Amino acid sequence: MSPCLEIRRLSAVLPDGQRVLRSISLNVQPGEVRALVGESGAGKTMIGKAVLGVLPKSVRIVEGEMLIEGEDLGRLDAKARRALIGARTALIPQDPLTALNPSRRIGPQTTDRLVRILGWSGERADKRIRQLLDEVHIRDPERVLRSYPHELSGGMRQRVLIAAAFAAEPRLIVADEPTTALDVTVQKQILRLIAELQRDHGTAILFVTHDLGVVAKISQKVSVLYAGKVVEEAETADLFAAPQHPYTRALIAATPRYTDPYASLKPVDETVLAGLTAEIAAADKAWRPSHD
Amino acid sequence: MDEARISRRGLSPRLWLAGGWLLIALLAAIFAPLIAPQDPLAQDLMLERLPPFWLDGAEPGYWLGTDSLGRDLLSRLIFGGRIAFIVAFAAATSACLIGSALGLIAGYFGGWADRIISRIVDVWMAFPPVLFAILLVAVLGTGLSSVIIAIAVIDWTRFCRVIRAEAMSQARMDYVESARIAGYGRIGIMLREVLPNVLPSVVALLSLEMGIAVIVEAILSFVNLSISTDDPTWGGIIAEGRLSIHQAWWVLVFPLITLILTVLSFSQFGEGLKARFDPVLR
Repeated sequence: MSPCLEIRRLSAVLPDGQRVLRSISLNVQPGEVRALVGESGAGKTMIGKAVLGVLPKSVRIVEGEMLIEGEDLGRLDAKARRALIGARTALIPQDPLTALNPSRRIGPQTTDRLVRILGWSGERADKRIRQLLDEVHIRDPERVLRSYPHELSGGMRQRVLIAAAFAAEPRLIVADEPTTALDVTVQKQILRLIAELQRDHGTAILFVTHDLGVVAKISQKVSVLYAGKVVEEAETADLFAAPQHPYTRALIAATPRYTDPYASLKPVDETVLAGLTAEIAAADKAWRPSHD
Repeated sequence: MDEARISRRGLSPRLWLAGGWLLIALLAAIFAPLIAPQDPLAQDLMLERLPPFWLDGAEPGYWLGTDSLGRDLLSRLIFGGRIAFIVAFAAATSACLIGSALGLIAGYFGGWADRIISRIVDVWMAFPPVLFAILLVAVLGTGLSSVIIAIAVIDWTRFCRVIRAEAMSQARMDYVESARIAGYGRIGIMLREVLPNVLPSVVALLSLEMGIAVIVEAILSFVNLSISTDDPTWGGIIAEGRLSIHQAWWVLVFPLITLILTVLSFSQFGEGLKARFDPVLR
């Protein structure tokens, strides 16, 4: 069985030639949660955007392949690629405040996609959304469907977005820091909710986060990113039990711990970063885009 | 929160006052032949420069007095309102349609479309608007349609600039990206996702532009470039009133008050509508 998402040696550059993704390889098996963890600017969101075909115009992919369920996105024309991505993937965005259109009610806004893109009947789409709103534990779907986004709280909106993402039965969901913009108390609920729906629907998730605590809770596999490069890849349990790369070790050490909140807060060691930077510089020097 | 929402949803005093004046002025303009106490063109040298009703020497039936040719000022103001409103609606709507469409395209698509449209706007705005209007009317010839065309041709840039900026900021929102991921076409996203969110600004600007159109029309008739001199226009009455300010101040003052109230009402009405229709009040 081919993986749900497979990325092979993906590199992308900015207009000035600087690489933002450096030969990224990773795959997500069907029904699996793969976490992408790293600091701000490590390129984790960029990978998500690349998969969904919404990279900023300034970022150009120079090598590598992306396959969704064995279909190479690079071999499809733009229209077929859009159709494939639209039908098989969905996004749970970072900021629920801007991810919903402020001037449309939740109901039409969430069913629209099912009707227009997947060709469902309005009735079926409506039923489906109600079912999903129930699954994300929204008690009064009637009111929510009639609301405008600004009438709902942040946590509510994120629930709506999760419901909308799962509604179309995508094979792969990209969750781009879905809990970052929320209150800590709400974060936990949302995380549990995503895990619950993921298990029930068997959807594969590419889970982008900077929070190792979240990684431990939700994912089976992890890729640790630094400066657009995968520095370590492992089963989640193994990564925490025996981190191989010094950067991963430093990252884990830098995570605050409930039991000992003050003592263990350490910034990532300078020598580790220096080592990584040298490693990356050497790789960049040797690197030539494969099909140039 | 609830209180704020109620006052926003309900009609604010601003909206009432502005809308009330506009409604009165509009109805008066539409039913001018029925309402106007006198024929606005009838001259009577026996009745020249009659003062308004509360001053000595006023004649019943000539509420706001008469001008130097004995024409009833109130009737002339009411008939002048017809031209003012026709110009306001026609010119502002045309400017709005052209400007908003181009602004939406420039702001949403960006790239070459944006560069070309923005350069045209820059060049356009380098012309002083009133001189540009006078020039255009001089070329097109005087008349109602020339005035309307001139205002639309000059003022579309106002819509274009604002709507472009709004569309740009909307296009960067996550919901637009989500729509792209879902597989909507670019034009569909522009019309379904972006347009509704810039509409409150379009409405506010449209109302503001109606006020501006009234002023420009007044300026053009002040310099005698609007429509034929016989027909009463607010600008024309002001121009006449200016000549007799020492003998009959009312001929200047009343049309000025009418003009100011109308323009102010248009802009306040637009702002009020924007506040009411904008779901988040950005």
